[in-house]
Amino acid sequence: MNALCWYGSSDVQVREVPDPKILEPRDAIVKVTATAICGSDLHIYDGMVPTMEKGDILGHEFMGEVVEVGGGNGKLSVGDRVVVPFNLACGGCFFCHKQLYSLCDNSNPHAEMARKLMGHSPAGLFGYSHLLGGFAGGQAEYVRVPFADVGPIKVPESLSDEQVLFLSDIFPTGYMAADNCGIEPGDTVAVWGCGPVGQFAIKSAWMLGAERVLAIDRVPERLKMAHDHGQAEVIDFSKQDVYGCLMDITAGRGPDRCIDAVGTEAHGTGSIDAVLDKAKSAVYLGTDRPHVLREAIMCCRKGGTISVPGVYFGVLDKVPFGAAMNKGLTFRMGQTHMQRYMEPLLKEIESGAIDPSFVITDRVQLADAPSAYRRFRDKTDGCIKVLMTP
Amino acid sequence: MATTSIDRWAENELPWADAPAANRNVADKERHWMLLGGAGLAAYGVLRGGFAGLGAALLGGALMYRGYGGYCPVYQALGIDTCHRGEGADTAVRNGVRVRVNTTVQRPPAEVYRLWRDLENLPRFLKHLESVRVDGDTRSHWIAMGPLDRRVEWDAEIIHERENEMISWRSLPGSEVDSAGSVRLNPAPADRGTEVRIQFNYDPPGGRAGAALAWFFGRAAAQQVKDDLHRFKAFAETGSVPVTDGQPQGPRT
Repeated sequence: MNALCWYGSSDVQVREVPDPKILEPRDAIVKVTATAICGSDLHIYDGMVPTMEKGDILGHEFMGEVVEVGGGNGKLSVGDRVVVPFNLACGGCFFCHKQLYSLCDNSNPHAEMARKLMGHSPAGLFGYSHLLGGFAGGQAEYVRVPFADVGPIKVPESLSDEQVLFLSDIFPTGYMAADNCGIEPGDTVAVWGCGPVGQFAIKSAWMLGAERVLAIDRVPERLKMAHDHGQAEVIDFSKQDVYGCLMDITAGRGPDRCIDAVGTEAHGTGSIDAVLDKAKSAVYLGTDRPHVLREAIMCCRKGGTISVPGVYFGVLDKVPFGAAMNKGLTFRMGQTHMQRYMEPLLKEIESGAIDPSFVITDRVQLADAPSAYRRFRDKTDGCIKVLMTP
Repeated sequence: MATTSIDRWAENELPWADAPAANRNVADKERHWMLLGGAGLAAYGVLRGGFAGLGAALLGGALMYRGYGGYCPVYQALGIDTCHRGEGADTAVRNGVRVRVNTTVQRPPAEVYRLWRDLENLPRFLKHLESVRVDGDTRSHWIAMGPLDRRVEWDAEIIHERENEMISWRSLPGSEVDSAGSVRLNPAPADRGTEVRIQFNYDPPGGRAGAALAWFFGRAAAQQVKDDLHRFKAFAETGSVPVTDGQPQGPRT
């Protein structure tokens, strides 16, 4: 089969690889009908993710048709149309029992490696480095799905691939980001980053009862999408002072809930800390660029919540923890507990409350993936979300 | 209730009363020489004066501290333990490599105990074990792949067991690898299942000559056991072990 493989920084290639096989009784093999490039794939593309090996198959947002099922899988049948969550959960450990699926104990074969870096290992992911399992990803024609009786959900024929694909990652991710805020009546929610996750966080903030939603970015197409589709008030950080704007809008209180939907590769424009972040990464003094996190901590109202769906990997430098502590902020974060949100959000789509396909701006064949990655990274021609069909 | 000294060792209750048994890794005789030698060196250093004297005094002080406390951080880092030598056991574990690992399994103690006690089943999740053959009520024959892909075989016997609580074993005299160890199970708090604590000492193949490489074997062995224990936990909780060997990938070049 053909699959998109990683070969180094800014180097991805579609190569001929063997078809996947059932390796464990609970596995299923899915024929991919739609897949996408995620913002977090760009961290891999930019060479920021450790333990990648040449030839690794990328992709963690995918859906399709079940073509083979292992003998121990009582849930799926050949022919089922499923959306597969980007992380793997066993269903039997302490964390799965508590619905903290992205913290599953048993789905990362390289857990002891991750333990060295993080103290404990989170769940395994598709197509996202050997530290997080080394599972072959879904930017391919076929994928082997382990623990397939826990993760994948069946989707009705009445909904198109474009409408349900984002249940695989970005819609539940944006939703959990808003859920983690603990939105109360009257709350103003500020979302940094108007990429696809930010767009779903904006929508989800409204779904969860926000009074006002503010969106911060610098890319015109993304701000426009946040305004037109997300009904958010937009702030362009390349032209406006974010702190000043937020204090104006909230009459000095600051936003009650702040969502960092940017993560490790933040681009500040010319602010001293952002410039220093880049310099530090270049000489390996810091690994991540927490410009957004710093800003959110300063802007957030006292006693507010900072919700972090944005991915980080390493260590942060000069984060104003004193401000955070003295303002009594709550931090909630993590990879998405997919299996908790997928079914409820499918119902929202079925009811017509939301059509997630609004984020798609580019539609390509898998064979054109390498140029699509470049366009997505450089945000060329208003590229916000790339859908790929094998 | 502990009876023989091997039981006490296996259960971490050692005969002497002072330092916490778990922390000791320097044998008594060695400690006495440390104290004497350290005192001498410290005295020399003080009398000599100057930088060299200061160095000697500090070193002597360190040796005295090590001798007094019975704990050496360098030994700890190298995984060497000259203190726990299988007291009372027929098998002497010299310059033992000491491995201590633990995990919590989301299953009741009785179920975890059953999985461990079925020795011939262990290779299903302990990847570095090739096979276990049960030869009687308490005896068994083991074949494993050690560090550096070296194949080792030995006979072992279970010397003590309490159902759902602990199993302790030792290798039989004449085995290629001297080892002794125990698995202890405790109910974990609330709904967390069972705490599994494994500790064992073993002599790396090569005996005294291998002692110089003991630190390497210790590190490598501990890592292997941790990986295997993670697989055991996955097996106990889900019925299978997460794998990626055999999945597709692009050419590596």
